[in-house]
Amino acid sequence: MRALLLRFLGLLPNSKKDRDRADEIEANLQLHIDDNIRQGMTPAQARREALLKLGGLEPTKEAYRDQATFPLLENLLRDIRFALRQLRRNIGFTSTAVLMLALGMCASVAIFAFVDAALLKPLPYKDPNRLVGVYEKLEKVCPMCNLSYPDFLDWRKQDTVFSSFDAYNQQGGMLKTPTGSQRAFVSRVTDGFFRTLGVSPILGRNFRAGEDQLSAPRTVILSYSAWQRNYGGATDVLGKSVVLNGDQTVIIGVLPKEFHFAPSEPTDYWVTMHASTECDLRRSCHGLYGVARLKDGVSFEGALADVTGIARRLEQQYPGSNKDQGANLSPLPEVISGSIRPILLVLLAGACLLLLIAAVNVASLLLVRTESRSRELAIRSGLGASAARITGQFVAEGLVLVVMGSALGLICAYWAMHFLTKLISADMLLSMPYLNGLGFTPRVLAFAGAVACFAALLFAFTPALSVSLAEMRQRLSEGSRGSSGQTWRRLGSKLVVVELATAVVLLFGAGLLGQSLYRLLTVKLGLQPERLVSIAVAATGPNYSKDPQVIALERKIFDKASAIPGIKSLAVATKSPVSYQGNTTWFKIAGRPWHGEHNDTPYISVTPDYFRTIGATLLQGRYFQESEDATKPLVAIVNETFARQYFPNGNPLGQHLLPLGDPPISTEIIGVVQDIKEGSLDSETRATLYYPFAQNTDNYFFLFARTSGDNSVLPAIASVVHKIDPEIITLKGQSMDEQISQSAYLHRSLALLVGGFAGLALLLGVVGLYGVIAYSVSQRTREIGVRIALGAESIGVCRLILKDAGGLIAFGLVLGIACSIGAAHLMASLLFRVTSWDIPTLAAVAFVLVCSTMLASFIPARRASLLNPVEALRAE
Amino acid sequence: MAEKTDVWQGTLALMILKTLESMGSLHGYGIARRIEQTSGDLLSLNYGTLYPALLKLEQEGSISSEWGVSDNNRKAKFYRLTRAGKKQIEQETRNWEQTTAILARFFTAKGTA
Repeated sequence: MRALLLRFLGLLPNSKKDRDRADEIEANLQLHIDDNIRQGMTPAQARREALLKLGGLEPTKEAYRDQATFPLLENLLRDIRFALRQLRRNIGFTSTAVLMLALGMCASVAIFAFVDAALLKPLPYKDPNRLVGVYEKLEKVCPMCNLSYPDFLDWRKQDTVFSSFDAYNQQGGMLKTPTGSQRAFVSRVTDGFFRTLGVSPILGRNFRAGEDQLSAPRTVILSYSAWQRNYGGATDVLGKSVVLNGDQTVIIGVLPKEFHFAPSEPTDYWVTMHASTECDLRRSCHGLYGVARLKDGVSFEGALADVTGIARRLEQQYPGSNKDQGANLSPLPEVISGSIRPILLVLLAGACLLLLIAAVNVASLLLVRTESRSRELAIRSGLGASAARITGQFVAEGLVLVVMGSALGLICAYWAMHFLTKLISADMLLSMPYLNGLGFTPRVLAFAGAVACFAALLFAFTPALSVSLAEMRQRLSEGSRGSSGQTWRRLGSKLVVVELATAVVLLFGAGLLGQSLYRLLTVKLGLQPERLVSIAVAATGPNYSKDPQVIALERKIFDKASAIPGIKSLAVATKSPVSYQGNTTWFKIAGRPWHGEHNDTPYISVTPDYFRTIGATLLQGRYFQESEDATKPLVAIVNETFARQYFPNGNPLGQHLLPLGDPPISTEIIGVVQDIKEGSLDSETRATLYYPFAQNTDNYFFLFARTSGDNSVLPAIASVVHKIDPEIITLKGQSMDEQISQSAYLHRSLALLVGGFAGLALLLGVVGLYGVIAYSVSQRTREIGVRIALGAESIGVCRLILKDAGGLIAFGLVLGIACSIGAAHLMASLLFRVTSWDIPTLAAVAFVLVCSTMLASFIPARRASLLNPVEALRAE
Repeated sequence: MAEKTDVWQGTLALMILKTLESMGSLHGYGIARRIEQTSGDLLSLNYGTLYPALLKLEQEGSISSEWGVSDNNRKAKFYRLTRAGKKQIEQETRNWEQTTAILARFFTAKGTA
């Protein structure tokens, strides 16, 4: 071990040690000579005899030196020093190669780091692959729907496939602080939730069985970050109380730092279920999600069959609430990162293609270089350099390039990761807690290492393979005018076809994603987003537990806020457009036969001015009136889709609905509005019901204001609300444009990133083609000169060169299109209203590629056609 | 004079160590001469092969070296055993004895057959 280390140290250039060894041999030689002279030899004889006995001075020195280091490694080091000198001499080539490699490395490693954090890093639970998300299922409408609490209890009682089964839901929360109420991120869980996940608190204890019952005192487990943020990580936090949503709650534990649970994040306070609300107790109110651990030996399919059976039994037992309610399961890892998986995979594929194109480009640069160095190589091999030593030289050069490119690439990747996380909005980042693990983890480093090895192999062996020694010797005898450039044309042109095809794939992908984004942003909203702002108001607590109190509050806010300068009109709704579909209700249509169908439909409560304020279009009937409050007959406005779906042949106006309620109260349809995009931009529009706020209130609502300016009225509205009651929380103040932009966020970042990759790929591909053509022209200078001297016209010469280029382009394009259609098929799920074989996009890609590549080849072709034949013939 | 034998593979290190054990501190030429003398001039040692062997022993920590002045006033590099070297001699001696004992059995076995 020690000897190995010393030998490695011996690799460091150290002329003092070298001299030391030479001195020692010399000194001993002198001692020997002295002895010989003493025995009577002449000095010359003495020296000769001593040298003979030594076995030669130089071989001895070499053997001595070899023991001091590693001969192979030393050769390599010498090669690397030589390579560095070579590369420094040709700084243009070196910097281009290093930059290209760094670019490919940076893109692929940065994206891979996201893939690693989101998809590869094991989830912080025990045996996460045995965990499943548990859902109720409504055919077509809602494949993974919430459970109701009574259903959850029945499932838990009846299932035979789960070793444990628990429920959770995220809850708007309010934390009482000395300075007033503060918004808090709260999730409710059943008692065994953390045991199901296999997570134990790092401080304090887990929830005990039965601790989620109404009779038990309220307890809370803190997230690690809340513990650090609010309590400075103090261990005496256990036993302290916080007031959450008006309830005195005792802190009993702190979760581990690495714990996260994306489906219910962000959450700072994990409280027990304490099911008591009206919704908790009603079987038809679905507000919970389930998570369960499969029993040993139970398969996913077996579990699904079991819960489906339970759902069917409940359907028969409670037809009023459970008709059509099926069951569904999903592996928990998919629940957590399922939506981001295809996006990341597409990005990773894009980045890897960019890497490929960059590597191929560097390889072809190296080929050109090898060609132009063929004389040097021929001379070296003529002087006796073995094939291994010459290959060693190539390997050394490749290694140096790869090391420099990788180092630069990794530094860039570090910045790229930070830059990309900055692009994600803060809200989204909070719901993607797994991204906290982003960084140079061992897996990311291994990936970078693999990329570097791939590049090193490519760079080291492309030039080495392209030149055979025999060929080199032959070339030396022939002079450089013979077949030089043949290898290059053979291999180099194949490489450029790969580059062009890759560029086509990326361009096509970017084109499709760009089109999706465009269609998404121009989707019909049914409202006018310009200068429309909104802010959410959460009025919890005992002061607002009754409907009249909330309505009075809304009137007060409305009156005060309307006076704010810059607000043209003001309205209230219980949900904002372009967010999610909304809470749903069921209804029957009065006077029609009913067979137990649910007609599950989202509903939103709005004030009379709402539709006018957001700029919706009334198609039939009228809007709500101020006078329509709880004392008046119930009324509703429906959207166009509702009218078409339920009254395809008749007039919905004047029809009566019987929505959920005990007993159901007849509600008259008084108007029809054009569809408003309630869900995300890429969602389908659903049949939607609008109720008057005064007849159907909620203590969490949005204020909408049409302004004459910009967002600047938002703080004024917030302060008006706080002046009325400091306990009320306002949040999410933003303009409708911002909200739309957020909804298109993933599509936009995807389109931008893949677009960026495609742009770079096109640039690299075109530069690569230019290199090929320019080089081929330079190699054919003599031939072209002869042609011109024999009377070829410049157009003809131009055509000759362009024909060469055209062949490569056509081949690359065809190959690229074939691959694109396959590749686009794989990302069909990310496309919005664009098919994966969109002909116009394909045509546009072909057009862009042909134009840019023809331009790139036209420059050398024109140069060739303008050659002076006399100079050309004298060349070389 | 009897025919000279080459140094057997792997025995040079032990010879060097044993020589240094008996002689204390010695330079390379001295070690070579001493080995030849000890062998009764039956061994033919190529002096050049000594240097890598010495360096290897030094890298392994069995011997150490320093520059000094020889009897006839010439500068030379002197080697001496380290404590680890002494241990290594015991070890190597045991190995060697074992090897020769095993070989001896073969010879005796052949004799009685």
